[in-house]
Amino acid sequence: MAAAEFSRRGVLGAAGAAAMTVFASPLRAAAPEPAAITPDLIAAARKEGKVVYYTSIDLPVSERMAKAFEARFPGIAVRVERTGAERIFQRIGQEYASRIHAADVVNSSDASHFIVWKRDGLLAPFVPEDVAKHYAPEHKDPDGQFASFRAALSVIGYNTNLVRPADAPKSFADLLDPKWAGKIVKAHPGFSGTIMTATYEMSRDLGWDYFEKLARQRVMQVQAAADPPKKVALGERAIMADGNDYVLILVKESGGPVEVVYPAEGAPLVVGPNAVFKAAPNPNAARLFQCFCFTAECQQLVSDISGMHSFHPDVKEKPGRRPLRDIKVMKEDAAAVEKNAEEIKARYTKIFRV
Amino acid sequence: MALAIPAPAPRLPFRFDPSWPILIGFSAALCMLILLPLSWLVYYSLHDRAGAFTLANFAQLVTDPSFLDPLLTTVILATSSAVICCLVAAPMGWLVARTDMPLRRTVRALVTASFVTPPFLGAIAWELLAAPNSGLLNQAFRAVTGAEQDEYLFNIYSLPGLIFVIACYTFPYVFVLVANALDRIPADLEDASSILGGSAWTTARRVTVPLAMPAVLAGALIAFMQAMTLFGSPAILALPAGFHTMTTKIWSLFQYPPKAELAAAASLPLLVLTILLLRAENFVLGRRGYSVVGGRQGNPRLVALGRWKWAALAAVFMVLLNPVFLPYGALLNAAFSPVASQFVTLGTLTLHNVEFVFFELSATRLAFENTLILCTSAATIGTVMAVVISYMTARKVIAWHKALGFLATAPVAVPGIVLGVGLFLSYTRPPFVLYGTLWILLIAFVTIALPAAYQQLYSAFRVVNPDLEEASRILGASRLGTLARITAPLLRTSVIATWCFIFVGVIRELSAAIMLFTSQTKVISVLIFDLNESGDLGAIAVLGLIMLIVTFAVVVLINRIPGFGGVRLRNS
Repeated sequence: MAAAEFSRRGVLGAAGAAAMTVFASPLRAAAPEPAAITPDLIAAARKEGKVVYYTSIDLPVSERMAKAFEARFPGIAVRVERTGAERIFQRIGQEYASRIHAADVVNSSDASHFIVWKRDGLLAPFVPEDVAKHYAPEHKDPDGQFASFRAALSVIGYNTNLVRPADAPKSFADLLDPKWAGKIVKAHPGFSGTIMTATYEMSRDLGWDYFEKLARQRVMQVQAAADPPKKVALGERAIMADGNDYVLILVKESGGPVEVVYPAEGAPLVVGPNAVFKAAPNPNAARLFQCFCFTAECQQLVSDISGMHSFHPDVKEKPGRRPLRDIKVMKEDAAAVEKNAEEIKARYTKIFRV
Repeated sequence: MALAIPAPAPRLPFRFDPSWPILIGFSAALCMLILLPLSWLVYYSLHDRAGAFTLANFAQLVTDPSFLDPLLTTVILATSSAVICCLVAAPMGWLVARTDMPLRRTVRALVTASFVTPPFLGAIAWELLAAPNSGLLNQAFRAVTGAEQDEYLFNIYSLPGLIFVIACYTFPYVFVLVANALDRIPADLEDASSILGGSAWTTARRVTVPLAMPAVLAGALIAFMQAMTLFGSPAILALPAGFHTMTTKIWSLFQYPPKAELAAAASLPLLVLTILLLRAENFVLGRRGYSVVGGRQGNPRLVALGRWKWAALAAVFMVLLNPVFLPYGALLNAAFSPVASQFVTLGTLTLHNVEFVFFELSATRLAFENTLILCTSAATIGTVMAVVISYMTARKVIAWHKALGFLATAPVAVPGIVLGVGLFLSYTRPPFVLYGTLWILLIAFVTIALPAAYQQLYSAFRVVNPDLEEASRILGASRLGTLARITAPLLRTSVIATWCFIFVGVIRELSAAIMLFTSQTKVISVLIFDLNESGDLGAIAVLGLIMLIVTFAVVVLINRIPGFGGVRLRNS
């Protein structure tokens, strides 16, 4: 019975917690000394030869980032494991419960996951030099276990072949107009961390009855926040009620028939931190990769190729893109998301029936 | 003395029969494969999270509409698919096996193609074709008729759409069973009917149809179970359509925080339903066991269709348009088009997606290696197991042969995703820590493949008259010797077909893999599923086409192996 109990909890994902809390230091360690990219670190990383990056960043973007790392540090292969943030969370819980430590570095668009992982003692205290030097306090963990790698917004978007700019919705409230019934696509908080975070912010600021009304618009439900922009670009639906701003911007910049709308109520802000796992199988490569991620070089590259927003002060947004400070956003609250995640999913499922 | 004292029967010298340990070993393996995960499922369904006994999970199942709706949807889905499959596949099977319709071999090959097409890939291809707005068919419809932007011909994101897509990739099961049964019905019986004055119609009604009926019913049953336990197509189409089937519902219960006990409870009705169906099948087939293959066999007589043969061929190709030509075309288009929903032209043709899959996507190579390793080993192990088990049950070799047969068919009742969970529970703790290795996937794939493999070989054994084997044994051959020299050659076609069956079945498998993979043990189906989550249709098209090419290469290769030259892959 005791054995069964152990395994049961393991599957429930709590054992990641149960097993690890034992080893977690009861004392709050302050953030460690900042680490620079040193020849020693590079040599040690090269000996390991590879690094595994679990991430929810849209695949073409994360793979290009990986290629940039490989070009900068030859001999270290990056394997990108991309899936929705909520599935990453589930996967890591499952793997850690079975003591499988496959991930080196993780990025999730649901910042509340880092609260859980930190509490469970899964993360390594490690502060890249750039984070220590350039990042504002609200964008780094005081104990040095994670830092804000990127930010995205969940926005409204439309297909310019199907909707004239004058008719386009300007706000979340506009989406409830009966003329958009059957023409809306939206992503799912059970898969996407971006949408999880956005759903919390919108339910807080607009109330749950907004979603109840939206559900009556016969929305097409997809999974990842990267998918609604693609469905709008294909012309499968005219409007997206939520989804990544950056994927939409990429489509637009490559000539796709789409336009971004920053909703009048404010666009939900979604911060995606990066962290190194304490039990990373390639600890040096993991640290090198984490350092690289926060360099101005990588941050600029990610900003350029993806349109995601960086918190590195040296990063210049590409001309023509609207910088974060000029956009009205809904405030992020990872701690509240962490507290309410289960209820949000349950309520959402009830309203949208999937 | 008038009475002779009966001489004592000569004591037979003890001969060690090596088949017994083999039989016992296989029985034990079956228990491990099937009983262990199923026991965990039952245990979970009856306990709450704290580990206390409860019936609350079942109470929620029968009172919560979020479970009842998917259950109803699944029953409608499975029934409709099975009916459509039979209506389409049985006549096709007859046309191919018993008429002089042209291009029969090609038709068989094309059915094989639809069989080996992974249902989730088919579902994605049909999204490309029949999504209400961006679908290629709907675009063509609007272009031709000048219809409004909002009008469409097909909406794949709907229950009928899902039923259609499932039927597209389930009908080969019925087709194969019916065509094989008709292939095996010797002409003698039909000749006898004609000689006795039966018209063609009477012969068909009194001889051919009854002989084919068990195959049709078995096919319907398999189609029903396939549709009921299928995960990939519903996972791709049901979510956008806004409903759940049982399998997608069970899957959604593993979102964080996972509710394994509810998932276990939700899977048990499917198990019970399938057991009932299997009993029904037994009842039907049990009364009509036909041994039609004796020592010799007359060739089936082909019905001359006359001028109708071209109409028949056209109808068959119309059917095959749906699982093969249209979806493959859509995938090819998406693979080389800059935008998946645009018809590619010479001017827009791009290799970007191919480049992405091979040079940027870092998961590609590992996924291909894992898939090939798993396919080959699961096919080999699964075939060996199926041969031994079906031999034991068909020839009633051991006392518990019925239980064995049940064990071998039981996994068909367990949705792959639930089996995945059962295996996950069984093999994440000592002494068998297999999670994170390919072994756990291998176990899952063998278990999933076993029912179909077993049923196929079991029916093959049943139509081989045991007289031949008995003759061999009476003449002094051992059981294994008989198997090797008499049974095996007779069953060679079926065995090879079963191997292929499992191989392509494993390539297609998604539902258990989705629960059991880790980043090091990812297979292609999971990779495609992950890509679908974020809508990377171009990359999916490229990976899907490669997957199909590999599959076809295997099928063709096996057809070419010297000695197997005469073998037509009838069964797959």
